[in-house]
Amino acid sequence: MTEYELTEGAEEVLARLWVAKHEQDRPSRPVREFGAEDREHAIVQLLESGLVERESDVVSLTKSGEREAESVIRRERLAERLLTDVLDLGEAEATEAACRFEHLLRRGIDDEICTLLGHPKVCPHGSPIPPGECCRAGARSASKVISTLADMVPGQRGVIAYLHGRRREMVQRLLVMGAVPGTPISLVQRLPSYVFQLGQAQVALDRETARDIYVRIAGRRPVAAAAAPWLPRPFRRWRFRRGRGRR
Amino acid sequence: MSVRPLEWLKKMVAALLRRGSDGRPVATASRRMMLVGSPNVGKSVIFNHLTGRYAVVSNYPGTTVEVSRGHARIGEALLEVLDSPGSYSLAAFSEDGRVTQTLLMEEPLDLVVQVADAKSLRRMLPLTFQLIEAGVPLVLDVNMIDEAERAGLTLGAAALAEDLGLPVAATAATSGQGMDELEALLGGEPPKPSSFRVEYPEPIESAAAEIANLLHGDYGIAPRAVALLLLQRDQSGWEKVTQCDPEAVVEIERLVSQVERSRPPSYDISVARHQAAGGIVRRALVRRPTASRRSLRRLLGDLAMHPLAGIPMLAAVLYFGLYLFVGRVGAGVLVDWLDGGLFGEYVNPPAEAFFNRLLPWPVAAELFVGEYGVITLGLRYAIAIVLPLVGAFFLMFALLEDSGYLPRLALLVDRIFKRIGLSGRAVIPIVLGFGCDTMATLVTRVLETRRERVIATFLLALAIPCSAQLGVILGLLSGHPLGLAIWGGVVAGVFLLSGFLAAKLLPGQAARFYLEIPPMRWPSLKNVTAKTSARLKWYAAEVIPIFLAASVVIWIGQVTRVFQLALSALRPAVNLIGLPDGAAEAFLFGFFRRDYGAARIFDVHSGGAVSGVPLVVAMVTITLFVPCVAQFLVMVRERGARTAAAVAAIILPFAFAIGYLLNLALITLRVQV
Repeated sequence: MTEYELTEGAEEVLARLWVAKHEQDRPSRPVREFGAEDREHAIVQLLESGLVERESDVVSLTKSGEREAESVIRRERLAERLLTDVLDLGEAEATEAACRFEHLLRRGIDDEICTLLGHPKVCPHGSPIPPGECCRAGARSASKVISTLADMVPGQRGVIAYLHGRRREMVQRLLVMGAVPGTPISLVQRLPSYVFQLGQAQVALDRETARDIYVRIAGRRPVAAAAAPWLPRPFRRWRFRRGRGRR
Repeated sequence: MSVRPLEWLKKMVAALLRRGSDGRPVATASRRMMLVGSPNVGKSVIFNHLTGRYAVVSNYPGTTVEVSRGHARIGEALLEVLDSPGSYSLAAFSEDGRVTQTLLMEEPLDLVVQVADAKSLRRMLPLTFQLIEAGVPLVLDVNMIDEAERAGLTLGAAALAEDLGLPVAATAATSGQGMDELEALLGGEPPKPSSFRVEYPEPIESAAAEIANLLHGDYGIAPRAVALLLLQRDQSGWEKVTQCDPEAVVEIERLVSQVERSRPPSYDISVARHQAAGGIVRRALVRRPTASRRSLRRLLGDLAMHPLAGIPMLAAVLYFGLYLFVGRVGAGVLVDWLDGGLFGEYVNPPAEAFFNRLLPWPVAAELFVGEYGVITLGLRYAIAIVLPLVGAFFLMFALLEDSGYLPRLALLVDRIFKRIGLSGRAVIPIVLGFGCDTMATLVTRVLETRRERVIATFLLALAIPCSAQLGVILGLLSGHPLGLAIWGGVVAGVFLLSGFLAAKLLPGQAARFYLEIPPMRWPSLKNVTAKTSARLKWYAAEVIPIFLAASVVIWIGQVTRVFQLALSALRPAVNLIGLPDGAAEAFLFGFFRRDYGAARIFDVHSGGAVSGVPLVVAMVTITLFVPCVAQFLVMVRERGARTAAAVAAIILPFAFAIGYLLNLALITLRVQV
């Protein structure tokens, strides 16, 4: 970790180098691709702090620069998610604002935001968000804004924010079944399979598929009335307490 | 075995049942229409209503495995009606969607009728939009308005018709409400194309227009609809375009990947359709507040899905449905009456007298009335033992299906089934296997991946006893509760263990589980009887001819002494698991007719040669042993000869190995059964 407080421009250069390396398969980039401003200030700062190295005309990320750049990308894309999913900004606006916002998202806070958003895996444009400590630890917070369906509590309500999964055909099937962004949804039960209410219909899913649905939670507390009030009390409580990964 | 006599037999049976041997009626219709719609919206009930004949109807998503065809007389006109499998979309994400898409593109259709569930109209309309985009003459039937009424939703059919530019009918098919209006729409002038149009966000809209301009081949549906399928990377759409417009493929690929650069277009296309649907539904459906009603049906439905309460519920279904109804009523009362009464007194004696007089050569008479005669044994087993058992089971199964219990069972067992490489969806073929494994093997088509279909086929062949077998086994072991428990435990253990191993060994991704859970409904007597008789007809037409043919094979085998050779080869294996020589016949005949196998043991048992431990070992081995010849033929047809042969090659030694180990264990532990 660096003690330097990087400027916005320096973070932007790191981000560009990271995207070039990881998403465009170009491990280094010629210096002339950057503007005069960047060359005079940002790159100089990065070279001084040992985050990038220069070989004749090309610059590339060093090992510590790699880590730093990943953190920048992560914060930038989390910011995009936050702005679209929670503040309901349009995609274009969100992208614009995210660049600034990311700079303000300090390290450490990104993990909290990430947990709040249910550990999203992609930004609204579909680019992957590098996972942080919190994702690996599976951290959970009491007040979540976005949660995957798999992490919801029976009785909890919300609106589908977006769908994302490794299997594209599975996302397509959910979409044509009517699980589209903007649809109100509530979780009926999570054991032995996930069952959610979609309008008048109920749909059963396995855990893997329930992880693909990201929901903007409506209330903090589960609405107890939604989960079969006529069941004998012990059954009702069992529904709420059990289930993997709630603690 | 030669196929010709088999085909001949099938034709005879088909003629008896008054249907074409290929399932098609003989008359020719002036017009052709097709029913489409999501799963579980009542397409098949409407099909039954229109044609008065069979499509297997049920309260389970995805039971129309094959396309049913029938004829409807509406006014003066005779219409051919096709029932497509339930599909949420025209894009072929699943087998059902693929079939529907192919039918739409390749069948010359004069009319398409979309059946929709009124309660979930918003989720149904995206398919309507796709059909409008396809440019087919379309009628929308909003079904289940009675259930919607109960949920506090009132349909404004006129507003809906106006918004969509389509003729709209509102029906409740199970009670017949509104069906006359629907028939009037179907018999009238074909509807004009609707001018309704969903606008997709850029760049999808302009890309769709550009792609549509590049399409010149005959797709059977409008180019704009094809273009949208291509943008969604629909596989069968792409196959079609490489056939019809091979020179345009490169350019289309360029256009599609350009749009894909931002985000998969299928996402935005779905969202746009659902938004458009939301707008229309707000006008067409009036919602009045209703208190959520506590009904017995809802309580049962919730209990059936509950992780704890679901288990006693399943036990009750198994006990009352399978054991009491199929076991006691079917296997006990009905079989006694048909076998002892009908055949024992009225059919066999006169048949024996007749054939013995007609054919003075004993060998020839044996064919009909001998120990394995076509009539005394073949027909008798088929009609007096197998049919009542299978019939009782099919009736039970139909009740379960129509009530909506099966999808709940599916979600209950999904986690366990995942361990054996299946998803919850596979309960349908597996449960059906307890009735008839042959039919169940056919129904494995509803499973989504080939891997899942192979595992289900294998498990059905190995560890699921059909009702004919089950009837005999329950009868034999009914006096030995411990024996029954050992049999049940070992077979269930083998089912889970072999499934677990198959899941580990077979390559491929694990199946995902997603299933719409319909509300619990009281089954309608009409649908249940229609479905049961449809399945029994199928059984009589497809399976019984094979069984009768097998009787002839057994006769030939005995006359030519080929069977004696096979028997002497089997004898050491049978002795190895602690059974007397006589049991070898049971295994050999068990292949030709599964029920024979257990029944032969019954005969040996009655003779006093097998009881106690050997009886239990024999029952376990026979349950696991290779499936009957009918099931084997279906396995070859559905999964290919190589897979079928591999399954048989695994099962044969495996069944004996388990039998051997069980025998050894029971003797060592000195278990008294």
